[in-house]
Amino acid sequence: MKLSRRTLIKGIAGAGLTAVAAPTLLAQTSEAVRVGLLTVKTGPLASGGIDMERALQMYLKEKGSTLAGRKVELIVADTAGVPATARTKTQELVEKNNVHCLIGPLAAFEALAIDDYIRQAQIPTLSVAAAEDMTQRKANPWFVRATSTSSQCAHPLGEYCAKELGYKRMITIADDIAYGHEMCAGFLRTFEENGGKIVQKLFPPLTAPDYGTYIAQLKNADAIFLGFAGSNGFRFVRQLVEYGLKDKLAVIGGMTALDEAVLRNMGDEALGIVTTCWYSADYDEPINRVFAPAFRKEFGYDPGFYAAATYTEAAVLEAALQETGGKVDDKAAFMAALKATEVETARGPVKFDKYGNVVGNVYIRKVVRKDGRLVNQVIKTYPNVSQFWTYDPDAFLKAPVYSRDYPPAANLEN
Amino acid sequence: MRTVLLLLTAVVLASLPLFAGTFYINLASQILIAAIFALSLNLLVGYAGLTSLGHASFLGFAAYASAWASTNLGLGFAPAALLSITTTTLMAACFGLIALRATGLGFLMITLALSQVLWGLAYRWASLTNGDNGLTLAGRPAPFGIALDGAGAYYWFTLAVFAAAFTLMAVFVSSAFGSALKGTRDQPRRMAALGYNVWLIRWITFVYAGFWGGVAGLLYVYYHRYIHPTSLSITTSAEGLLGVIAGGSGTLGGPVIGAGLLVLLKNYASAYIERWNMLLGFVFLFIVLVIPEGIVPGVRRLLSRKGSGKP
Repeated sequence: MKLSRRTLIKGIAGAGLTAVAAPTLLAQTSEAVRVGLLTVKTGPLASGGIDMERALQMYLKEKGSTLAGRKVELIVADTAGVPATARTKTQELVEKNNVHCLIGPLAAFEALAIDDYIRQAQIPTLSVAAAEDMTQRKANPWFVRATSTSSQCAHPLGEYCAKELGYKRMITIADDIAYGHEMCAGFLRTFEENGGKIVQKLFPPLTAPDYGTYIAQLKNADAIFLGFAGSNGFRFVRQLVEYGLKDKLAVIGGMTALDEAVLRNMGDEALGIVTTCWYSADYDEPINRVFAPAFRKEFGYDPGFYAAATYTEAAVLEAALQETGGKVDDKAAFMAALKATEVETARGPVKFDKYGNVVGNVYIRKVVRKDGRLVNQVIKTYPNVSQFWTYDPDAFLKAPVYSRDYPPAANLEN
Repeated sequence: MRTVLLLLTAVVLASLPLFAGTFYINLASQILIAAIFALSLNLLVGYAGLTSLGHASFLGFAAYASAWASTNLGLGFAPAALLSITTTTLMAACFGLIALRATGLGFLMITLALSQVLWGLAYRWASLTNGDNGLTLAGRPAPFGIALDGAGAYYWFTLAVFAAAFTLMAVFVSSAFGSALKGTRDQPRRMAALGYNVWLIRWITFVYAGFWGGVAGLLYVYYHRYIHPTSLSITTSAEGLLGVIAGGSGTLGGPVIGAGLLVLLKNYASAYIERWNMLLGFVFLFIVLVIPEGIVPGVRRLLSRKGSGKP
């Protein structure tokens, strides 16, 4: 075949034009909404990270991968729980996969590592990580969090311990990371304001192989508050039983201390432990009544903190998409829709304050045996809990961020 | 042939931001940073015969020092960088005094212990290092008024530093001093008998390696704008060491190739393979079994065997 030069040029120009025109056309019609999930699938945080992915996949499967009439494409990235990798993976999702929004990351330090990048790239992010300042003093405008800050669930628990359980003297013990510090600080604040006294604060390292030395130095108190993450709460309770202290000291837990993910490996020693969380697999409400059994049927265990987190974030995402008519290209409008979301989810009603943090229910739960397995039964609901609890937001934000030493503990006995 | 190949590589490297996407440019920047780190470690592992498992100390310390100086002392980027590199080099001098009391396994353990001390401090001395929350850097420096915020600009900056680092380290090992260094690696007792101060040669190399480790740390923190204790952990040191060994210790190209391979496996392949750790393991297993001397010398051997026509 003979091909004149002119035809060739025409052909190339035509192909070029089509190539230029095609993406815009696609965007208008059937292009999927690309959602990036930042999770942890390798390393010590992997069990929670895998739950995050499973629950999100489940939500999308239930909806036929279509939210608000638009196809949704999920791209999962494994950050391995390392901040530098979290950053690279975020860049990959944004720059290579062109995601429209992010769900995750899991850990507070990952969120802090990608904070400025999210601002710069302007990527709406539905976070699972609890880092306080991301929605407080250094509120990131591209950040919403439908789970909770570290101390959001600890505030009501402090009040509950002092008022309803009548504890006077308590010990706090938590992982020596920001999450543990912030949670203990919130607990200490409301517990002491309601007349209790924190007589001892302990912070074992995150990877403490053995809690014996810590248990040996426990002071005489009514109860101990566990601010552990991962499987540490489970290991601590087991050692407490071995040391014969379980009956002398009531155990109270933060939102990940006796998560459903570790509860399934525990025995009768867990019975009666009171914990706080924004979710319980046992929470009796229409959406959760479908979600929890379906998750259990599929994977053989109850959904916990991490599974509920992405399942809830997905519901928020869907509600926001419905609000914008499925449009995500106008990032500012989409972000505004996310923040204006009011939606019923598996954890109960969710809405956001102006900093992008959830205002929602917090449940006080107690471990009981139900149908032969241990569950966190809801015994009290605190509705519409904000990250500022009952304090004035401005005054709250003027004070330093919760830490190991703030608010100061006035009643420590040494 | 060799010059052509080198020139071609240089042209491709320099023009990368013109044709590659942002993600790939950033990936290339990360490879260059990891390559400087591996090259500096290679001075010890490959040329001095001292296997260190604590090289992350220099990277992490320099990164922390500059981030801390910028945020807490309010220093500009240049004085902060100067301060950070100076203190890192001084630290390397002190660490060298301690670690070089031993060679072999003893040296490895001491460097490991020293880096673990720093790692522990970064985690626990929260008032200084912000503990597990890490330190955030406000932005990237703008040397001579050129902003480095864009991926391309930062890549060129890293490439320039890399070129300088590569050249200076190449000069270092091919100089007379470098020959003496290789002598201390192969025949330390004979070198001592010949009147060389073996300890001093090793110590100078240690400090020099620490200096370049610090430079890699600066680039690292500018790139990520965030530093967390994991950057000081044994994993970071071990990854550097793996890169050196995989690429071929004692060669100049080896650590660059090895570090590149590692970054690609960690950050690129992991998007496609869930069990990328396993892939990493297989790749290293392959290297150990087929080309135990490392990729660069190994490939050279395989090629020359093919070229000479011998089986």
